Amino acid sequence: MSLITISEWLLLLSFFLYVAATIVYVLAITGRRWANREPKEHEQRYGRAGFYLVVVGFLAQLGYVIARWIAGGHSPTSNMFEFMTFLSFCIILAFLIIYRIYRLTVLGVFVIPTGIIMLAYASVFPSKVTPLIPALKSYWLHIHVTTAALGEGILAVGFAAGLMYLVRTVPQERPSKSTAWLEIVLVVVLMLVGFILMVSTFANLDQKTVFQVPQFDSSGNVEKTLEVEYLLPAVVAPYQSTIITPGPMTPWFEAPAWMEGQDAARKLNTMLWSIISGLVLYGLFRLVLRKRLGAVLKPLLDDIEPDLLDEISYRAIAIGYPVFTLGALIFAMIWAAEAWGRFWGWDPKEVWALIVWLFYSAYLHLRLSRGWMGTRSAWMSVIGFVIILITLVVVNLVIAGLHSYAGV
Amino acid sequence: MADQRKCECGHTNPVGTVLCEFCGKPVEENGDRAFPSMRYEGMARRSQTHNKTLVDHVWNFFSSVKIAIILIVITLIAAAVGTIFPQQRYIPVPVSGESGVAAFYKDTYGMLGEIYYLLGFHKLYSSWWFVTLLVMIGMSLVICSLDRIVPLYKALSKPRVNPHLSFLKGQRLRGECEPGSDFAADETLAQAAAILKKKGYRIYREGSTLLGEKARFSRWGPYVNHIGLILFLLGVLLRGLPGMYLDEFIWVREGQTVAVPETPYYLKNVEYKTEYYREDEFPEQLDLENRLIPKNFQTDAVLYVNENADLPGAEPKLREVKSGSITVNNPFVYEDLYLYQASNQEMQLAALNFTLIDKQAGNKELGRVKLDLYEPEQEQVVAEGITVRVISYFPDFYMDESGQPATRTSQPNNPMFAVEVRSAQDGAAEKMIYVSGRIIPESEGGRYTLQIEMPDFTDITGLMVRKDKMLPLIYFGSFVVMVGLVMGFYWQHRRIWLHLEQGRLYLAGHTNKNWFGLKREAEFLVEQLALPMSLVLDSKSKNSAAENKTKEEEKPT
Repeated sequence: MSLITISEWLLLLSFFLYVAATIVYVLAITGRRWANREPKEHEQRYGRAGFYLVVVGFLAQLGYVIARWIAGGHSPTSNMFEFMTFLSFCIILAFLIIYRIYRLTVLGVFVIPTGIIMLAYASVFPSKVTPLIPALKSYWLHIHVTTAALGEGILAVGFAAGLMYLVRTVPQERPSKSTAWLEIVLVVVLMLVGFILMVSTFANLDQKTVFQVPQFDSSGNVEKTLEVEYLLPAVVAPYQSTIITPGPMTPWFEAPAWMEGQDAARKLNTMLWSIISGLVLYGLFRLVLRKRLGAVLKPLLDDIEPDLLDEISYRAIAIGYPVFTLGALIFAMIWAAEAWGRFWGWDPKEVWALIVWLFYSAYLHLRLSRGWMGTRSAWMSVIGFVIILITLVVVNLVIAGLHSYAGV
Repeated sequence: MADQRKCECGHTNPVGTVLCEFCGKPVEENGDRAFPSMRYEGMARRSQTHNKTLVDHVWNFFSSVKIAIILIVITLIAAAVGTIFPQQRYIPVPVSGESGVAAFYKDTYGMLGEIYYLLGFHKLYSSWWFVTLLVMIGMSLVICSLDRIVPLYKALSKPRVNPHLSFLKGQRLRGECEPGSDFAADETLAQAAAILKKKGYRIYREGSTLLGEKARFSRWGPYVNHIGLILFLLGVLLRGLPGMYLDEFIWVREGQTVAVPETPYYLKNVEYKTEYYREDEFPEQLDLENRLIPKNFQTDAVLYVNENADLPGAEPKLREVKSGSITVNNPFVYEDLYLYQASNQEMQLAALNFTLIDKQAGNKELGRVKLDLYEPEQEQVVAEGITVRVISYFPDFYMDESGQPATRTSQPNNPMFAVEVRSAQDGAAEKMIYVSGRIIPESEGGRYTLQIEMPDFTDITGLMVRKDKMLPLIYFGSFVVMVGLVMGFYWQHRRIWLHLEQGRLYLAGHTNKNWFGLKREAEFLVEQLALPMSLVLDSKSKNSAAENKTKEEEKPT
């Protein structure tokens, strides 16, 4: 068995261990009210089991990192699959650190799924080990990307704790603006889940739709035609395209003319499916549970002091911010100076790293100098992580730039 | 108003003081529970007290954290706007001239692109207003730091060892108890001192009060990191000065030596090569559909210095100073000159090769003719008594409007030669033209012709030429930023007071971060001393209500 195969198995193992850990963590909280039990002892026992599962999962994933590093000859941070996997690894590592400080069982219910979603999201991308192109052949690849990912992982724990604070404190007795926003955040998470489910389902189904897409020059004449392949069923067809290989359904409508890029319509189609599947998932939850999702989650956190959640969220951000600064900005600048001859070039990825940094700087100033704590601070920690995801995902996949090779 | 500044402990405080510098009692009475904020230790700041001259107004404007946050948020949004469409320098297709740029945005992105271009967002990061924003952030950094660092230094260098009771009762973490008649105060305080000392606290004693203090330096973290940012921005600013930053680009053919612009140096490209991964070098079988993955882009180069650089009009006198290879991620460094492997043009035409044929001697091959496309030899001897002379040469040939041959560029994209073959024996001269891969003789039935052979190819390397004299300052600034961040975020300034007054024992605690950690330490202390005391940690929401109140008071009037 080759090292690469071993690393794949280890990664799969860690995925299932994280899922198991999440279930155990949920049972640790919900099972406290079961009959014949001492609630505190129950939570402790299950919490410990959950923690051990996470530790074993983490070790398995560490094994994956090492095996793939040796097999590929470089740190597994050179494309989207490797990076997202590594990010989930860092989120789990950050969880282990923060958990050591605060020993709060329910943290696992929220942070581990965040890591799982990132791991599942990674599986959407091609996972082959590719040799490094010259631009990536530098020891800074290991230093810059790993440090940046670790910073982002710790900030993700800040997000999870902030979200927990909101779930804990937003009153669920009657609908309000806050409940609506909280539901929107949860729906967006479900859309990401929906996207992962759709893509991984259809990747194995061979239900491709292939279009022939004309490309127009500036005077509106057909310059050439391209072939575009949809993995997911086509809801939206590229502008003025014809179907070569029909898929499971006929498209409902055509993309507008200005969506010219070769993949623009395909990306729109994928986005529509993410939204649809997220809403369907949400609708199903609502039908079955007959409550807002926020109201479903709230009892998990009822015994937790909101101030503690606020503290954890802030602490995670206070720990993650310097790491992010070092990895995503300073190391990035040094590498850029070495590789591209300038330490800063306003490349979209650089700009978005700066935006993340400015956002968390604003968070810290508002908190430390203007007394923004609790709810407002929690919302900011959630928005901050959304900006991180934009930086990691949207910038690589939608906005091209010097970092676009990471999206291959 | 002079009496208002005099605290009951006898200390006279400057105007604007919130908590007495000496005993920590709130300077203004404001009810029982609303203890003022502990920020900046309740010291007077310049921005709160001076409000007359223009300098005061500018100072007060930039000293406000609120303004700083607004500046940060505006910069953040502006930076994001700049990534909606590519900046001009990242336009993925070649465009020429300002009209070409305008057309690119309009054609590619429609009306939105046009608006984007008209608003100047295609060069957003170098626009006057964006640079102004950065300068304003820099000013805010300087003034905010100065406004706070001086009073904070004064306050922290003289710790309030024996504070007023209202100061202790106003802290977020506090507790009190009646220890009873058999309580040995001195012994307990000494015991507490020992416990705190073990936990890394510095101990101050004054009468029946004890203060334990830890990691005061972490309070300087924010200022250290702001100083680092100021140094960083200073470096960026100074980079704009002439001579501080050099940004040039050179193309060098293999074997060619070119002057490095703005420097006394010359660079020779000995060899350029691109290497690709072999199939057996892949860690895993890949389906590449015959695509190749590049492994290395490399130029082997020699750097010379022109020793006559200071003599105007003198011939360059080159002396080798360094040789080595340039690859991506490994620039060629000589003193402050950096050369980066940035681009390449491989298999470019370098010279045309021909065989000169004597048709009258039964197509006899007379010899080889080489026409270099960059530095063609004016005349070359091909065989005994026979020379080939170049009459005219157009590297990038086309016919201009008036029907005359001309060249578009100096690159040999479409070379055209007019040559003359001369024979010394009979003094005859025959002209012919080479164009588009064909030989056209001046007149039919001539004696000589050129037979086209395989041309010579060469690789051209594209190198970035950089000097960045401010880089050390920029890196140093970044380093200082990191030191400040680590100081400020990975340590917390903790203080615990124990105070005995009229038979009651008071405990108070303050920290700038991680209240749960402080509480845990205070609880440990209470437990070890076996005191009948329960600690209170005010909820932040309550505390922030008090902060809101001080905020309103803080506004300069």
